[in-house]
Amino acid sequence: MTAPAAPAAVAIALTVNGELVEAQVLPRLNLADFLRDQLALTGTHVGCEHGVCGACTVRLDGDIVRACLVLAVQADGAAVETIEGLSDSGEIEDLQAAFRDRNALQCGYCTPAMLITAQDLLLHQPRPDRATIREHLSGNYCRCTGYHAIVDAVESAARARAGRGRGAGS
Amino acid sequence: MKAAAFSYARATSVADALALLARHGDEAKVMSGGQSLMPALNLRLATPSLVIDIGRLAELRGITATPGLITIGALTRHVDLLRSPEIAARLPLLRAAVAHVAHPAIRNRGTIGGNLAHADPASELPACMLALDAGMIARGQKGERRIAAEHFFTGIYTTALAPDELLVAVEIAPPPLEARFFFREFARRSGDYAMVGLAAMAVVEGARLVGLRLGYFGIGDRPQLALEAAARLVGRDVTAHVLDAAQGALDDEIDPPQDQQATSGMRRYLARQLMAEAVSTLLDRPDLKPGRAP
Repeated sequence: MTAPAAPAAVAIALTVNGELVEAQVLPRLNLADFLRDQLALTGTHVGCEHGVCGACTVRLDGDIVRACLVLAVQADGAAVETIEGLSDSGEIEDLQAAFRDRNALQCGYCTPAMLITAQDLLLHQPRPDRATIREHLSGNYCRCTGYHAIVDAVESAARARAGRGRGAGS
Repeated sequence: MKAAAFSYARATSVADALALLARHGDEAKVMSGGQSLMPALNLRLATPSLVIDIGRLAELRGITATPGLITIGALTRHVDLLRSPEIAARLPLLRAAVAHVAHPAIRNRGTIGGNLAHADPASELPACMLALDAGMIARGQKGERRIAAEHFFTGIYTTALAPDELLVAVEIAPPPLEARFFFREFARRSGDYAMVGLAAMAVVEGARLVGLRLGYFGIGDRPQLALEAAARLVGRDVTAHVLDAAQGALDDEIDPPQDQQATSGMRRYLARQLMAEAVSTLLDRPDLKPGRAP
């Protein structure tokens, strides 16, 4: 009742892929739309817009989150990393190569979020079994591949990393 | 869809949040992790004029454990519960349940207080609160009160919280170390809301259950303790006949809904099966497992 009829824009400052971003955003703007429409970072995909499909997954202060379930104003002061950041830094180069090698994508719509979620798993659990991979990716929908090739790709990237870690080469 | 327009206020303290709630009442929605509220906003099922963001109130975050009591701040995230050694050691039922709440990206934001105040009848944690006989700590401008979990959940998405109250913490007296627990749910896909689930705590002496709390979820408009069924299982030797009687009592005390996920009859069947599986597990009695030979 006492809230203003036209909500005012709010000033936010955050880092996105390491760069400081300052912006004015309406309270209702979610982080996925902010990244896509104001920063032109369109690798963050928007699917269901209610937290089910996982296509908008990004990292917020190191944790993976659904960007459609975070308001841009809530990201004020945070460090956001998108697929563009993870790709440009080389952090997930091996995962990307494994996805290519295993044909783990067809239309590619789910792929950026799959890669971010898979990387999250491998950071927390370097040697996951297939059931663990499936469980961790279970919140990311893919309507093309049937998931099998995606699990293959994550598994092979995990093995290669573990091999490198032991100095066994790959 | 995109959320309808709303104003935004980031609470700077619990007192500030309570003042905002007192001023705006039903026009406002409290957001903690936002993992239930954001979908509702995006689908325009909720159209508040003001969102009060309590997500940065550090005073509401964290787990405090004393020998007699575990206090979980409302803003403690699901992932914090999963990683907590105190929860793993003293409330293993809760830990088992949280692993079934949605997916990692949701558990990184979603909070226990938000989950409980949202009161989805198919959610895991409200049923755990019933099984663990938890107390909900509600704070208003006039002070705090403790609401027993059994009186907290009053219907679909509704609780005993007054419009100007905030759920600030959950208090649980940890069960004795020898207590046993059971958690299982039936869901179409991993991470989905359950069609039917059961969170159970038991104290076993010899071959008998001497204490049993069966917290069902997904079987009605709120989580429910199966009191009549439990009464038929406690303090006696559980035979197949006793179990049948308890399952019959369960059938009489629940009224499951029908939706796209399952018919009412299917939910009744799954609830009975879960009871048999729970009793079999809690008493270590493979002969009582569902599907046993008649």
